[in-house]
Amino acid sequence: MQVTSMNFKARAGEKLADVKLQAALRKLQGNFVKGRADRVAELDNFEAIRTAAAEIRDRALANLDVYLEEFETNATARGAVVHWAETAEEANRIVCELAVRYGVRKAAKSKSMVSEECALNDALEAAGIEVIETDLGEYILQLAHEPPSHIVAPVVHKSKEDVSDLFEEKHKLTRKTRIPDLCREAREILRPHFLSADMGISGANFIVAETGSTLIVTNEGNGRMVTTLPRVHVAITGIEKVVPTLEDATTLLRLLPRHGTGQTITNYISVNTGVKDAADLDGPEHFHIILVDAGRTKLIGGDMQAMLRCIRCGACMNHCPVYQSVGGHAYGWVYPGPMGSILTPSYVGIENALDLPNASTLCNQCGVVCPVKIPLPDLMRKLRERQFERGLKPWPEKLGLALWGWTARHPALYAVLSRIGARMLAYMGGAEKRIHHLPLGGGWTAGRDMPAPQGKTFRELYSQKIRKG
Amino acid sequence: MKSEENSAARKAILSRIRAAQGRSGVPDDAEREAVRAHIRAHPQSPRPASDGELVTRFRERALDLASTWHEIGSDSAIPAATAVYLRENNLPLRAVCWQEFTGLDWAGSGMEVEARNARGDDLVGITGAFCAIAETGTLMTLSGPHTPAAVSLLPETHIAVVHKTRIVRGMEDAWELLRAEFEHLPRAVNFISGPSRTADIEQTVTLGAHGPYRVHIILAP
Repeated sequence: MQVTSMNFKARAGEKLADVKLQAALRKLQGNFVKGRADRVAELDNFEAIRTAAAEIRDRALANLDVYLEEFETNATARGAVVHWAETAEEANRIVCELAVRYGVRKAAKSKSMVSEECALNDALEAAGIEVIETDLGEYILQLAHEPPSHIVAPVVHKSKEDVSDLFEEKHKLTRKTRIPDLCREAREILRPHFLSADMGISGANFIVAETGSTLIVTNEGNGRMVTTLPRVHVAITGIEKVVPTLEDATTLLRLLPRHGTGQTITNYISVNTGVKDAADLDGPEHFHIILVDAGRTKLIGGDMQAMLRCIRCGACMNHCPVYQSVGGHAYGWVYPGPMGSILTPSYVGIENALDLPNASTLCNQCGVVCPVKIPLPDLMRKLRERQFERGLKPWPEKLGLALWGWTARHPALYAVLSRIGARMLAYMGGAEKRIHHLPLGGGWTAGRDMPAPQGKTFRELYSQKIRKG
Repeated sequence: MKSEENSAARKAILSRIRAAQGRSGVPDDAEREAVRAHIRAHPQSPRPASDGELVTRFRERALDLASTWHEIGSDSAIPAATAVYLRENNLPLRAVCWQEFTGLDWAGSGMEVEARNARGDDLVGITGAFCAIAETGTLMTLSGPHTPAAVSLLPETHIAVVHKTRIVRGMEDAWELLRAEFEHLPRAVNFISGPSRTADIEQTVTLGAHGPYRVHIILAP
């Protein structure tokens, strides 16, 4: 997917003014935030489970190469073929080559954020292969030619009227206005595609080293369809998704749906291992698993490694005051919210996403709700430091900080300048005692007044008090 | 696929991981053994307290997931219980089923039932379950020559027969049962927790997305 994260500020402005989007985001907040709180409260020992979940992810990451090799050995023993892709382009090329090898004309796809990273659909279409997204949200986006705005609820930015318009235009059937009727229409349109697709493409929420299995969680059943019906199944996933054992996956599964959608468990959890046996009545004859790096190894070993614990539940964005205000599209790539503010600069380059680590108040709501204890605000702060070290901050900010730093090291001058500054601001505030436009701070005063400073500076008051005392 | 290219990517990724973590070369025997020892031990992490009797808990949780259930006294009552449910809900009395149910007297309850895999237009699918999980009200099914996965997926109505003796507490217990009874995992293990659903449009939960609209559980002794 093309990165447009450099336009964050402009996009954020547009999104704040979008009345429909604001209503949708409020609803999301209500459902997902309350849902998570209710489902977490069901667990009497939630913190112990959460600690174990973080440890499970850390254990896998600490020996990532060995667990991946173990996964590969066990998957291969069951007839799956494991591929490795260093980049998104490589992953796309592997899928396209597989499609050619197996004579695939149509691929049915369930939700995969890694495939969004790779823009796999574009690559397949360029190779002349029809691709059908089958998750309802992703299908709507495919019809509308739009990117997702949330990793769990991809069409949160659309109203049911938008969907009615879209279906009427694309399906050319009688207009439906009730949500169950819209869902039924999509089901009936997509069912023949499931049955006729030559290739099913899925992601993986986890891959299990113990058994060489891929594991996906879905609610709609489309994930089961694409891994059961077509003769070829391709699972595309990130190298960090490996967990050691089925028990480890089980612990993470107690947290993922609770934090993602506010469910105790998703409707379906599908654990797929190897290809069908000769006597099996369904299942793919060919199973290919593509392990994608595409920037992940850049996070290994350093202070950012904790980010690779992420299980993509979306709780960080659901609870983020910035995401709640601007929605997902403003972030300009696959992953919005706090997770995106770390993943996007890490995967696509910090210079291509300068605003993202700063698009946070560091309030730590994300860190508090993260089921695998990723210290998201700390990581954003580290990225800000890196921006500064690499000289990537805008020049007025660099100049301002340099000047401030210099004066702060000269206390007498600092005292004089702050006294003059305070008096000037008080003068500018006039009788109203409010500043409507602050020089060098126009952005801040564009939406509100700045109260003018009153009376004496802190240093003046302090020295007065010392003298009196 | 050019396999030498793929193995180059593999080598590059694995050595980048090791280099970044300050571990040189390739994993030695001790490293591999540590990983395999953890896998062999597959220790359990803390689990939530799950109080109450297993069957009661399973029934309550299944209802929470929008499944329904009906309890019967013996397996011979499966056809009658199925027919009652289908009639009550104005559903067709024709179904596909897993092979284990072919010996039952379906015709006696006015039903027409075939043991085969489901097709796209079958409306009712009857399956068993490898076991069921009380903690969440979940069914666990295994794919196989006599237990095709599509029977619980393609039809609009899924009838699942669960034997109460096969209800376990949590998913960990289900894995233990599987390890005890099978040498390795089947091609597909599916955990099913109620009818398929979507909340993609305006976060309004709608039952019956791509899979069944209804899951009815027949609890047998």
